[in-house]
Amino acid sequence: MTITGGKKKEKIDRLSELAAREDERGVSLWKEAFRRLRRNPAAIVGAVILSLFLLVALLGPFFVPHPPDAQLWKGEIRLGDFPGFRSENWFGVDHIGRDEFSRMIVGARQTLLVGVVSTLIGLAVGSLIGGVAGAAAGLGGRWGRAVDNVLMRFVDMLLAMPSLLLAISIAALLGAGLTTVMIAVGVVSVPVFARLLRGSMISQANSDYVLAAVSLGVKKPKIALTHVVPNSLAPVIVQATLTLATAIIEAAALSFLGLGNNDASIPEWGVMLADAQQYLDSAPRLAILPALAIIVTALGFTLLGEAMREALDPKLRK
Amino acid sequence: MTESEFLVEVRDLKVHFPIRRGVIFDRTVGHVKAVDGVDLSIPRGKTYGLVGESGCGKSTLGRALLQLNPPTGGEVRFDGVELTTLPAGKLRSMRRRMQMIFQDPMSSLDPRQNVESILTEGLQAHGIGGDRDERRRIIGETLDAVGLPRWALSRYPHEFSGGQRQRIGIARALVLGPELIVADEPVSALDVSIQAQVVNLLDELQDSLGLTYLVIAHDLAVVRHISDIVGVMYLGALVEEAPSDRLYTEPIHPYTRALMSAVPVPDPDVEDRRERILLAGDLPSPANPPTGCRFHTRCPWAQPTRCADERPALRQIGGSRVACHFAERIASGELRPHKVGVQLTRPLGEGEEPHTVSAPTEPGSYV
Amino acid sequence: MALLDVEDLSVTFARRGQRTVHAVDGVSFSVDAGEVVGLVGESGCGKSVTSLAIMGLLPKQPGLRVGGKAVFDGTDLLQLDDRSRRDIRGRDVAMIFQDPLSSLNPVIPIGLQVTEVLTRHRGMKGAAAEKEAAELLDRVGIPDPKRRLKEYPHQLSGGMRQRALIAMAVACQPRLLIADEPTTALDVTIQAQILELLKELVRDSGTALVMITHDLGVVAGMCDTVNVLYGGRVVETARRRPLFREPRHPYTVGLLASVPRLDAGRGERLNPIPGSVRDLLPWADGCAFAPRCARRVDECVGEPPALVLAHDGRSYRCVNPAPLPGTLPPPAAAGAAPAAEAPAGTAKAAEATAGPVPAPREEEKP
Repeated sequence: MTITGGKKKEKIDRLSELAAREDERGVSLWKEAFRRLRRNPAAIVGAVILSLFLLVALLGPFFVPHPPDAQLWKGEIRLGDFPGFRSENWFGVDHIGRDEFSRMIVGARQTLLVGVVSTLIGLAVGSLIGGVAGAAAGLGGRWGRAVDNVLMRFVDMLLAMPSLLLAISIAALLGAGLTTVMIAVGVVSVPVFARLLRGSMISQANSDYVLAAVSLGVKKPKIALTHVVPNSLAPVIVQATLTLATAIIEAAALSFLGLGNNDASIPEWGVMLADAQQYLDSAPRLAILPALAIIVTALGFTLLGEAMREALDPKLRK
Repeated sequence: MTESEFLVEVRDLKVHFPIRRGVIFDRTVGHVKAVDGVDLSIPRGKTYGLVGESGCGKSTLGRALLQLNPPTGGEVRFDGVELTTLPAGKLRSMRRRMQMIFQDPMSSLDPRQNVESILTEGLQAHGIGGDRDERRRIIGETLDAVGLPRWALSRYPHEFSGGQRQRIGIARALVLGPELIVADEPVSALDVSIQAQVVNLLDELQDSLGLTYLVIAHDLAVVRHISDIVGVMYLGALVEEAPSDRLYTEPIHPYTRALMSAVPVPDPDVEDRRERILLAGDLPSPANPPTGCRFHTRCPWAQPTRCADERPALRQIGGSRVACHFAERIASGELRPHKVGVQLTRPLGEGEEPHTVSAPTEPGSYV
Repeated sequence: MALLDVEDLSVTFARRGQRTVHAVDGVSFSVDAGEVVGLVGESGCGKSVTSLAIMGLLPKQPGLRVGGKAVFDGTDLLQLDDRSRRDIRGRDVAMIFQDPLSSLNPVIPIGLQVTEVLTRHRGMKGAAAEKEAAELLDRVGIPDPKRRLKEYPHQLSGGMRQRALIAMAVACQPRLLIADEPTTALDVTIQAQILELLKELVRDSGTALVMITHDLGVVAGMCDTVNVLYGGRVVETARRRPLFREPRHPYTVGLLASVPRLDAGRGERLNPIPGSVRDLLPWADGCAFAPRCARRVDECVGEPPALVLAHDGRSYRCVNPAPLPGTLPPPAAAGAAPAAEAPAGTAKAAEATAGPVPAPREEEKP
């Protein structure tokens, strides 16, 4: 009796110290978010797609079976009839006798480059504007509000401009080319980042823990750097991932319209799609394959972005 | 002046928030008079409790006292030093001596900081504790004082329960060794059984460290339990101030009486016996407060003379300070309560201007 | 035969990759016609989930399982199909929620929302429905009801919104009203108005009321029978006076001792319950309250404590209940007798004469 009683007592004591159990270290919010991300199947699918894409884009060009710009099978092209899937050319041959598979692989690198650079442009410019506006609004006062107002009206102007029109105007200035596409797509995403960062900085600046830091006597710049900015970053990072997806699609669209890369030696999925449209009847694969590649890549970024949004959302935190 | 009986003296404090409209050039279309002329003094080592309903300006008063909201007018004297005109740098170093505890322990702790970093922040800002070891010692002592284990240091706020989070918030305030602590609804976000733990903790800390508290709460029972002096606020102004026991046994102002009678007591015998003074309608909008005595639109004792056009000042009656023209006659029972028509109150920011619409009939009036 | 008989109600949320959550773990209670029954407990005790389960309002999601019975007037509410449940909901059983703003549709005028209920359940239309709606608003104390009908929820104050919500709930003279923390979002003076209104409605129409709250003061003033919940189970059931006078379950005792009271003096310490509501023991392994319990004994762990039935409809779920008056000083008695400095003997004597009932406020003047 006493023995079992003692055991029971032990058990109670253990349970009553349930809350007091000591792990080695605390789990930070980022770690916690990462844990949640790993449990989300959508995130896993997105991550797998993206790692494949990255692998292909970075290493693929070194292992392509044929040079992407050599018209090796020019002689086999009859009017409206190109060689299709075969062991020599996995994805067949395009309209001027180049290996489609090699072109797709090399094109992945272009797509990644356009996506990343244009998103970085948007992120950098947008965060700068948003950060300054947010800090100005947070500081308040007549001047703070004025700076904030001017910057945000500028952003509203950008927001009102259609991306296509913007791209055409930039192309008119710089000429068609990859740079044009990257700048055009980047500029379009500037207002998104600017508004997001400003909004989240203002809401953080009004939070109780910032007030607590003020009442502790911490200096304002330090509060901005240690509390406001780090806590405002999560939505911006999520948005950047999602913007990568749209940037890839938009870049492809601009290339499709002929504003993009006009150097035939460097393949690009959007250009390939544009070239293929004349042969939709005879060789639909030439259009379907690059389109599929664009969609799947964009889907990968979107899946991961949405999963990150969920994982970082403070409302879903337990 | 150096060792006055009062640690904090507030004179005619006003905090008005402008209501702004406009796209690029905003213009001010009105003011919300959150705090409109408050006088109070907090004795050293005592607890001053501030009660009132939501929107009465009690939290704004607490923040204005700490200069977290710049006051529109009036004086705040802390240990003889006038805070409202203090230069920013001096004010910042002054903050070491006056700290704040917040209502929601979750939102007042930065989710990306662990407890050690939360507690070190203030120490670094004031250059207390030369090296890391010295700081660790101070932090360790503070953790002991608030009843948190040492292993809490490496943890993040989301890993704690509500009560423990509030202890972290208290530790953050305590670590600087302040003299005054303003606690804004320190327990109202906590579960009933946890509230008592925190209330007791605050009591113990006051005993051992000789702290002075300003406790702001809507829960009259909590305030009465913890306070030596209680001030009752209504629409931005104090309507009554009295020692805690006296306020309970002899509430004088009609609003205090109504408030007192509205608080449920966990005892059926008391509940069945007490008479309720039910107030009609809601709190009027602080952007457009009633003229004269702010309470006259809901006051069951309101008189046709004076109440509507003359704002009563706080007067000394017995041991209390009361802002009511007819306090003595109400206390003596000479004036009897009467029916009050309900005035409809609009939530702030409705329509062109916040306004009150008075209703012609009074179907739902009580008392 | 009670109007509502809840038997062994359980609600579990199972989520993939996570521990199954027993939100409600075998709750039983009954409500008689015209009776006010309280469900009291802290956050996470399952009181709100209980009410939602009875009303069939739990969001349908995979992994949600509702077990047990909730027999209302002979029909088990949990077994009904959606259609007949909708018929009963609003007509026979109505609910009032904590946050009036989010329970009203923000883009539809109040009047339309009230007449909707009348049309759905009482078949009233047009001018007749509008007239009835105005009368309902009038009855719950909303001034100038005809004009209010055309207004939107955001144009009313919190108290008025809660009144409008109550008007909708009582539109069909339901036989059972479930109020989930109806006054928690309101100020004290407004709370008093709403509680008074609910009391009036119950008195005048004989509606039974289930009052879900964490506020023991509200319970003391309103309820006929009180069920105290902890960890998803009822741990004590009693009539109002016996519960407050001689609580038996240590959790009830602790809860009463930890609430600061308006009629207690300054300076005396409260007796909090140690730990937090998170420190739960699963009921299958013993008493959920054991980790925080001051009266814990070895028998508390191993198997769930059985429900002990006492006289007078009282029951508690505890193997070592607090003794009847005497040994444990009731929470408020010390406060009622201003004898902090007096010798212990006189304090005891004062307690004995005053009994566990705290002295009324008139006797409290120092």
